[in-house]
Amino acid sequence: MSRRQPEAIHKGHACGGEDNNDEDSQQRYDATLNNLGQSIMRTFYDEISQIAGNVVTVKARAIGYDELAVITTNQGSSLAQVIRLEDDQVSLQIFAGTEGVSTGDKIRFLGHSFKVPFDDALLGRVFDGSGRPRDGRPEVKAEAVEIGSPAVNPVKRRVPEKMIHTRIPMIDIFNTLVGSQKLPIFSVAGEPYNDVLARVGMQADAEIIILGGMGLRHDDYLTFRHRFDEAGVLGRTIMFIHTAADPVVECLLIPDQALAVGEQYALQGKNVLVLLTDMTAFSDALKEIAITMEQVPSNRGYPGDLYTQLARRYEKAVDFDGAGSMTVLACVTMPGDDVTHPVPDNTGYITEGQLYLRNGRIEPFGSLSRLKQLVNGETRDDHRAIMNACIQLYAQCEESREKREMGFELSDWDTRLLKYGDLFEEKIMDLNLNIELFDALDKCWEILAECFDPEETGIRDAIIEKHWPHETHQTKPEPQAETVQA
Amino acid sequence: MIGRIKAVFGNMVVAQTEDRVVKNAVGYCVRNDGIKLLCEVIRVRGDSVDLQIFEETRGLRVGDQVEFQEDMLSVVLGPGLLGQIYDGLQNPLPKLAEQVGFFLEPGNYIHALDTERLWDWTPKVQAGTVVEAGDTLGSVPESIFEHNVMVPFGWEGQYTVRTVAESGSYPIGKEIATLTDSSGNERTVTMEQVWPVKRPLCVAKRRLLPSKPLVTSIRIVDSMFPIVRGGTYCIPGPFGAGKTVLQQITSRHAQVDIVIITACGERAGEVVDTIREFPELQDPRTGKSLMERTIIICNTSAMPVAARDASVYTGMTLAEYYRQIGLNVLLLADSTSRWAQAMREISGRLEEIPGEEAFPAYLESRIANFYERAGAIELRDKRIASATIGGTVSPAGGNFDEPVTQATLKVVGAFHGLSRSRSDARRYPAIDPLDSWSKYVGIIDPKKVQKVHNTLRRGDEIRQMMTVVGEEGTPIEDFAVMLKAEFFDSAYLQQNAFDDVDAATSVDRQRFVFDKILEVLEADFVFKDKNEARHTLRKISSMFINWNYARWDESVVPESDRQDEPMNKAAHKDDEATERGDFKEILGQIDQYVQSLLKNADKSQAKDKLEQATA
Ligand SMILES: Nc1ncnc2c1ncn2[C@@H]1O[C@H](COP(=O)(O)OP(=O)(O)OP(=O)(O)O)[C@@H](O)[C@H]1O
Ligand SMILES: [Mg+2]
Repeated sequence: MSRRQPEAIHKGHACGGEDNNDEDSQQRYDATLNNLGQSIMRTFYDEISQIAGNVVTVKARAIGYDELAVITTNQGSSLAQVIRLEDDQVSLQIFAGTEGVSTGDKIRFLGHSFKVPFDDALLGRVFDGSGRPRDGRPEVKAEAVEIGSPAVNPVKRRVPEKMIHTRIPMIDIFNTLVGSQKLPIFSVAGEPYNDVLARVGMQADAEIIILGGMGLRHDDYLTFRHRFDEAGVLGRTIMFIHTAADPVVECLLIPDQALAVGEQYALQGKNVLVLLTDMTAFSDALKEIAITMEQVPSNRGYPGDLYTQLARRYEKAVDFDGAGSMTVLACVTMPGDDVTHPVPDNTGYITEGQLYLRNGRIEPFGSLSRLKQLVNGETRDDHRAIMNACIQLYAQCEESREKREMGFELSDWDTRLLKYGDLFEEKIMDLNLNIELFDALDKCWEILAECFDPEETGIRDAIIEKHWPHETHQTKPEPQAETVQA
Repeated sequence: MIGRIKAVFGNMVVAQTEDRVVKNAVGYCVRNDGIKLLCEVIRVRGDSVDLQIFEETRGLRVGDQVEFQEDMLSVVLGPGLLGQIYDGLQNPLPKLAEQVGFFLEPGNYIHALDTERLWDWTPKVQAGTVVEAGDTLGSVPESIFEHNVMVPFGWEGQYTVRTVAESGSYPIGKEIATLTDSSGNERTVTMEQVWPVKRPLCVAKRRLLPSKPLVTSIRIVDSMFPIVRGGTYCIPGPFGAGKTVLQQITSRHAQVDIVIITACGERAGEVVDTIREFPELQDPRTGKSLMERTIIICNTSAMPVAARDASVYTGMTLAEYYRQIGLNVLLLADSTSRWAQAMREISGRLEEIPGEEAFPAYLESRIANFYERAGAIELRDKRIASATIGGTVSPAGGNFDEPVTQATLKVVGAFHGLSRSRSDARRYPAIDPLDSWSKYVGIIDPKKVQKVHNTLRRGDEIRQMMTVVGEEGTPIEDFAVMLKAEFFDSAYLQQNAFDDVDAATSVDRQRFVFDKILEVLEADFVFKDKNEARHTLRKISSMFINWNYARWDESVVPESDRQDEPMNKAAHKDDEATERGDFKEILGQIDQYVQSLLKNADKSQAKDKLEQATA
C-alpha cells in the first residue's frame, strides 16, 4: 500500500505482470479516499499521541466505535479502523502498518465502518485487503454494504439439503459437500491445498465464486487467477487477495469482505461458494494485533476470543429461508501437522466436519462431512453402501499392509485387500481425478468386482443385485474421465 | 439515572455518572441514531461504571448517553414459555424474524410471552387464605401440564388473599389476585412475574438428596454411568466426538417433564435441526409434539458474546421456574466452555489478573455456583420436583487437563467423557467406559455394574498386553475375557442413535438385556482354540445386535416387575416390522445357542476329568 517500499512494488510488478500496483492506481486510490473523507467531514485530526505496533492513537471527538478513517502521511494514504475509544483518545488500527507514520500526520474520519461496494461490476475483479482494486482497473462505483453484519436469525435458516458436486470422488462419495456447509481443509504446509480449492471453485456448481486469499504467495494468487480464467469461471468470480508481501492488518478484512459480498448475493437468491485460504494466516494476524493491544493471550499467544472471531466468520455460511445460500470452504494449514494447535482446534469446534489433506490425498479416515447424511440418501441408492464398504475394506487393507511390513505371512484375503487398496488409491483417491459422482460410484463397483466376491463386501443383497458389474473382465467403455493437470 | 460514555473497547463500555447505580443492574446505551443497546453494570469504581454490552458496540461514541435501570438482568416467567425459541436475553426469535427479518439487528427487544393469548384460569385459593412466596393461587393448563400461578417468589413474609379472579379466560397480564401483607398494604398478582437470572430461584421446604434415576434411554448412561433427577453431569469431548448428538438424543428420549436446550456459543445449524424436527416428532409418552415439552434458548457462536454468558443463566432460571411448578426439568447446555470463554473475554477487558489459560480466577466458583442450582426439592405443599443440569465441555485440543473441564469435574455427579479413539472407530455414543464415572445409583444393581466394569477393565489390560506378547502369547482364558469385553461393548454400550428402536431402550428392557449379557459374561465357555472363541463371541454379538433392533416385548417381564411408563403405541410404524426380528424369537435363539455352548463345555470338562483320571 501507500508506504510500501518502492522496490517492493517494482518487484511485485516485475514478477506478477498483472498485478497493477503502480503509482497511477495509488494516486487514484488516494484521490478516492480523500474525496470520501472530504464529502463527509472536513475536519482532520493530527494530535497523534502514540504509535505502537499497527496502532495509532490520536486525539479526536465524537468518533464512533469501529469507524473507518484515512491516515495521510507523506508517503500516501491508508485506511484505518477505530478499535478503542477512551475519552478523547481514539486508537486506530492502520491497515498499511505504522511504518513511517509521523506524529504530525493527518487523520480524517469517514463517519461509517468498513464498507464494500456491491454490484455485478465486481464480477471478474480482484481487490486487496483495503478494498482497493489490484487488477489495475478503476474502482467500482456502487452502493456499499457494511461488513460484519449481525448474526442471521436461526429461525430464518433452512436445513441444508443440496449436494454440491465437486467431481472429486473423495469429496463427492465419502465426504459430500452440502450447500451452506462450512468445511475446512486441514493441511500440512506443502500439500496442494490451494489446488484442491481451485478445483472445487472451477468444478462446483456455484453461481458466484468468491476467493479470499490471506497471506497468499503471489504465485499462488496468479495461479488461481489463471486457472479460473482457463476454466471460464472468472466471469462469476470475485477475488479479495492479501499476499504475504502486503501489510498484516489488511489480511484481517479479507474474510469479512468476501463474506459480506457473498451474503448480499445469497440474499438475492444466488448460491454462493466462498473459498478462504489460509485461515491460519488470518488467525496469526489476529494474534499480532492482540499482542500489540496488550491483550492477555490464552493459548500459544492467540487471543482468548479466537473462537469467537473465527466463528463469526464461518457462521456466515447459511441457507436462507426464502433466499439463496452461501457455502464456505476454507484452508487451514496445521503448524507442525498438529490438530491440537489452537487454529485447527478452534476451527474443528466451529465447522461442520473437516477434510484432512495428507501425502497429496484426502485422508479417508479422519475426514468427515457432518452434513453428508442430509444428502447422500437422495443421490443414488448405492451411495451410502459404497461409501461404507469402500472405507471399511480400505481400513482392512491398511491392516494387511502393516502385516506385510512386519514381514508376516499374507493370506489370500490379504493379497486381495492389498490389490484393492492400490486400485482404490489410484482410481478413486487420486486428487487429479475429475469425474461425476455416478461414474465414480461405478468405478468403485468395478474395483470391488475386480478384487472381491459380492458377499465379501458386506453390502446388502438388494444393492449388490442391482449394481454388481456382470462381466468384470470385459473391457467396458471408460466412464468419461479427464485428468486435471496438477 | 443517566450517565455518559467515557470509553469503548470491544463489548465493554466505561460510563461516567453522578447518579446512583446498582451493580448487575441493566441499562441502555443510546446510540446517536436513537437505537438503545442493552447492557449490564459489571463493575463500579468511583463515578466510573464498567458495562458489558449485549450487542455489537459498533457506532457507540464517547459522550453518548447511558440510561441506568434499577432491575438486574431478568426473565419473564409465566404460562406460554413451553415451545418457545428464545435468544440468550429471552427475545422470542420467531417474532423477531417477523418484525426484523433475516438478521438479528441490535436494539430489538420483544416481550418474552404472548400478552394476547387467553388462558383458562382456575382459582385454587379463596379470600382469606394465608399465603407465602411460591404458593399456588390458581392454575392454567399449558401443554399437558397444570401451570400453577404462584405468589411472586421475591415477596417476603405472609400475605392474606383479599380477592381472587373467578374461573375464566384471561391474558397473562390480568390481575388474578390481590394480596395484603401484615401491615395492610395491598399488592396485585398477574400470571407473569420477573426474576433476575443470576440469582438462584428455589422456594422450597427443603432440598433433597437426588436419588431417583433420570432415564435417558441411552444404555451406557442409564446402566453404567447413571444420572438422577436433580443431579448434575458433564460431557467433555474433543470436537466431533458426539457431544451435541448425545444431547440431542437425550432431549428426545429423556424421561422428564420438560427439557430446556441451551445452545450456548455453538452452531446455528444444530439449533435449526432441532427447531425443524421437534414440532414433527411425537413424544411417545404423551402423544403430543416434542416441542410442547421443550424450550430452546439459543445464543449461537455468531451472536454477541455477553449474551452468551446470559443465556445459560436464562435457561437455568426457566428450569427452576418449572421446578417450582412441581415438574421434573432437564437443562442441557451446549457448550459450557463457550460460556467460560465469554467470561474470559469480559475479564480480559476488565484487565483482571488472569489465571490459568487466561481464564479469570473466579471461573471455578462461577461453574460451581451454576451447577449448584440443580437439585431435587420438596415444595411447601410436599410435592417433589427437580432440575437436572447436563453440560457439554469443549476442551482445547481435546485435553481434559484444562481449567473448564477440571473445574466442572469437581462439582458434577457424573462424568461422561467422550474419547477421540472411540469416535474415530465410530463406536457411538463415544462415552469412554473406562474413564467415565457416576456417583449416582441407576436402574441396574451396582453389584452387577461392578462385574461388567471389571470385565471391561480386565479386557483392556489384556488387549494392551497382547500388543506386546502377541496373540500367541496370550492364554486362551484371557483371550476369552477380552472377547467378552468386546462383546459387551459392541452389543450393549454401542447404540444406533438413528434407528427408531435402538435409539431408545426402556428401563425394563435394559434390565432384562443386561441380565442376559451377564449370563454370557459369567458363562464358563470352553474353547478349542482362539479362532473358535473369536467366532463364537462374534456370533453371540451379532445375535444381540439383531436383538437390539427388534421391538421390545414387555411380556418377557412379569407384570409385577414392570416399571416402564406406558408408551403411546400408535407411534409404532408397523411397515418396518417385517425387517425387524421378533424379540422373543431372538431371545429363544440366544438361549439355545448359549445352552448348547455350555453343554459342550460340560462335556469337554467331563472328558478332561476322565482323561485326567485315566492318566
Ligand atoms: N451417536 C452417534 N451416532 C452416529 N453418529 C454420530 C453419533 N454421535 C456423533 N456422530 C457423528 O459425529 C458427528 C459429530 O457429532 P457432534 O456434532 O455431536 O460432535 P460434537 O462433539 O458436538 O462436536 P463439536 O464440539 O465440534 O460441537 C456427527 O455429525 C455424526 O456424524
Ligand atoms: Mg457440538
